[in-house]
Amino acid sequence: MKENDILIRGGRIIDQARGVDVVGDVLIRDGRIAAAGERVDGAGASGSHVIDAKGLIVCPGLVDIHCHLRDPGFEYKETIETGTRAAARGGFTTVCCMPNTNPPSDSRATVEYIQRTAAATASVRVLPIGCVSKGRQGKEMAELGDLAAAGVVAFSDDGSPVADAALMRRALEYCRALDLPISDHCEEPALAHGGVMHEGWVAVRLGLRGQPSAAEEAMVARDIALAELTGSRVHIAHVSTAGSVELVLRAKARGVPVTAEVTPHHLTLTHENVMSSPSLPGGLAYDTNAKVMPPLRTADDVAACVEGLRDGTIDAIATDHAPHAPVDKLCEFDDAPSGISGFETALALVLSLVHDGKLDLPTLIARMTAGPVAAFGLERHEGLAGIGSLAVGAPGDVLVFDPNAEWTAEPERFASKGRNTPLAGRVLKGQVVATIHGGVVAFSAREVKVR
Amino acid sequence: MGGSAALLVQEPPPAILTRPAPGTWQHHHVLDLDDFSTDEIELVMETAGVMKEVLARPIPRIPTLRGTTIITVFYEASTRTRSSFELAGKALGADVINITSSGSSITKGESVVDTVLTLQAVGADILVMRHSHSGAPYLAARNTRAGVINAGDGWHAHPSQALLDLFTIRSHLGDVRGRKVVIIGDITHSRVARSNIWGLTTMGAHVVVCGPPTLLPVGLEGPRGSEDGREAALPPVEVETNVDRAIKDADVVMTLRLQLERMQSGLVPSIREYCNLWQVTSKRLATAKPGALVLHPGPVNEGVEISLDVAHGAQSVIEEQVANGVAVRMALLYLISRGRG
Amino acid sequence: MPETTIMSSEDVRRAIMRIAHEIVENNHGCQDLVFIGMQTRGVPLAERIAQGIAEFEGETVPVGSLDIGLYRDDLPDVGLSIEIKPSDIPTDIAGKRLVLVDDVLYTGRSIRAALDALIDYGRPQRIQLAVLVDRGHRELPIRPDYVGKNIPTSRRDDVQVRLLETDGGDGVALIAESR
Repeated sequence: MKENDILIRGGRIIDQARGVDVVGDVLIRDGRIAAAGERVDGAGASGSHVIDAKGLIVCPGLVDIHCHLRDPGFEYKETIETGTRAAARGGFTTVCCMPNTNPPSDSRATVEYIQRTAAATASVRVLPIGCVSKGRQGKEMAELGDLAAAGVVAFSDDGSPVADAALMRRALEYCRALDLPISDHCEEPALAHGGVMHEGWVAVRLGLRGQPSAAEEAMVARDIALAELTGSRVHIAHVSTAGSVELVLRAKARGVPVTAEVTPHHLTLTHENVMSSPSLPGGLAYDTNAKVMPPLRTADDVAACVEGLRDGTIDAIATDHAPHAPVDKLCEFDDAPSGISGFETALALVLSLVHDGKLDLPTLIARMTAGPVAAFGLERHEGLAGIGSLAVGAPGDVLVFDPNAEWTAEPERFASKGRNTPLAGRVLKGQVVATIHGGVVAFSAREVKVR
Repeated sequence: MGGSAALLVQEPPPAILTRPAPGTWQHHHVLDLDDFSTDEIELVMETAGVMKEVLARPIPRIPTLRGTTIITVFYEASTRTRSSFELAGKALGADVINITSSGSSITKGESVVDTVLTLQAVGADILVMRHSHSGAPYLAARNTRAGVINAGDGWHAHPSQALLDLFTIRSHLGDVRGRKVVIIGDITHSRVARSNIWGLTTMGAHVVVCGPPTLLPVGLEGPRGSEDGREAALPPVEVETNVDRAIKDADVVMTLRLQLERMQSGLVPSIREYCNLWQVTSKRLATAKPGALVLHPGPVNEGVEISLDVAHGAQSVIEEQVANGVAVRMALLYLISRGRG
Repeated sequence: MPETTIMSSEDVRRAIMRIAHEIVENNHGCQDLVFIGMQTRGVPLAERIAQGIAEFEGETVPVGSLDIGLYRDDLPDVGLSIEIKPSDIPTDIAGKRLVLVDDVLYTGRSIRAALDALIDYGRPQRIQLAVLVDRGHRELPIRPDYVGKNIPTSRRDDVQVRLLETDGGDGVALIAESR
């Protein structure tokens, strides 16, 4: 072993990209995977790091294809530095940041700002997503070619849908030349109509305007039709309803180039979380920390999303990490911005599905590594061959975690500036032990032994 | 005559007592009727009855809440509710201050939480809050030691209105157990309807809601499917879109105000259509039980939700509702200020 | 806790009768008399006094009730309920001779509250006070006009008046050092 090597010893290696599930060692050298499998030999060199992974899971660093770093423009909510630090604590080594910054990422200049800032301050890899429309206004197509050349990995107007169907069609056609997907935040504005939560019995109880599942499904159906029409890849961001899962399933069966992602909270929480929260006792909670778009839905929707994730209808878990300053969320529900600060609780939250027997661990890991990579075709980008896997020569991005460690979510101790989570005080099971990015330990819960 | 500038009574606990345990009243705030027991509602009714007697005196004033500061914070304009609370506070001898959003720092964007903390620092013991956003009084209640009374939040709740409606009904019909009470109008956007559904069903009435389908909330019948067994949106009510079937044999007809914006947002095609299908006319009222009461929370759109002759007819108790409002609000102010501890 | 009977049911009956006679004697008849019983036990006491007068004088004295709950400002201690009963003042009291009736007179503060309340109803000619038991320890300059029995007590004692109408039987008990 050389100095600065990292040897991760004795863990259960789960690398779904290569169908590997074996107890063994992983060696990282010069920022790349040098070996991964049963027993890596070699006399230890001084300066090398050894991580004892006995009883732990070792897998490729998690890849998040949907998050909000708020930088540039909303640095009081989060910066690239604080956001990526939070991502590392959550086990992520690659994050794709959405373009609803200020200025939005609709120009090369903003994309390059993000890349420069990430290079200087980020703990993990940051891949920018560019706007579909100029200024995210939803009217005119942005200079997608220039953005692609600058290095964006996808296009989206997230926070907002691409509401104009004609614009979506044109953008999809244009993207055929670029071979990059468009990730759409599916929410038909006229049906969503200012609804602040799911339109269902909880909204009636709380006297809040809701938005129906149909608001999402109508646009999912539209995007699938457009993908079919244009032959371009459409990616459905944060699927939340049973109907959406059904539409994607049937579209995939027909061979339509559509992929989909789901958030950890849409796999585990329901609209009842708006009404009651253990940290807001005494009456109806109106918990603004449970306000997200798309909203938390019913238990039936959650079950359908879990099943869709299990059978591969949904390709990826993406956090939609959306931090807000505490003062932003300390107001009436109607006025509160939407979003959950999710990096640091994501893994434990989705591991609950494994603990409850609804999903097996290798599938879960696939949906957070190989799955998102494939959905966005990330491995085709320069320098990213092998990303999301532990193949020899792949980037030295590895996650070591303890699937059974119990800990309590304390937002006050998050690395993210965003403390907005409905999970405050909740006991979670599953904790990151170490996150390694590019052969460097980006986060470690324990002392890493150095020989 | 003239009340003595009284040193108020400081009595050590009497040597004997026969009253029920003070555990009956559990409320530090009055945010909605969804967590009121029948005993608590009965207590409000009895106390309001006592207050009504006080209001009938030549000088309708008692020193009970002397030294208590009540501040009304109305983010939405309202003449009747605000003045009702103000009169109630003053009749109890409290100091009442009114804050409305226009001309205060509220319009400058001060948050609910900041406002509430400022008022607490100023010495508010009780806050009476009306806000256009559902849940605002809950946010206020979590951030202040003062008692909070919800004077109406968004579409969600208006507990004092429902209590005065109940009081009015009972003063004519006695017990509401088993009585058919029909609520007609825009149920979706009505906090009066919601709180009345809670109050009336708790006291055993059979509630029917009626209105245009676009103004009846989704999920009113409660959760279905895999959500069985969990809490429903609202207590069980009968849902009816046909007003004639709804009114037939009703003991009480409660009409709700139809707001102009419902037409503007296309939820109802026109006022004319609404009147044809849902207006309470004397002809329709005749199919209710003889002597059925007609209520309206006000202000009434005469000729829209209710015809002129019904609004001013013998069965209308609309004015009584307003009068009873002061007594009921006195009861609430008294109970939350005395019930603590 | 040791309980001593201070007045038996016969004692109570005789005291009420004596008070009834004293009131009529003191007021030279029953004209303009109105009894106001203090909730709770003052009310049946007032009714019994009125009934006694009806029996030996043949005159009917109106009886009203007063709940001073609205006139207290103490927060409810353990045992004190916040329920208030309606007050029922049967006639216009202006110019009338009121007799306030209560079961136990102690610090005098309840009577002070009652005077406040009555003055809100009008201006009587005079107000007198009749109590079944006076246990001393006055904190205000209040004195009873008619007393059933004077009982010296310590502040830690508890005096319990029981009446047929409210407790199923008549009697007065002293419970020593109860608090």
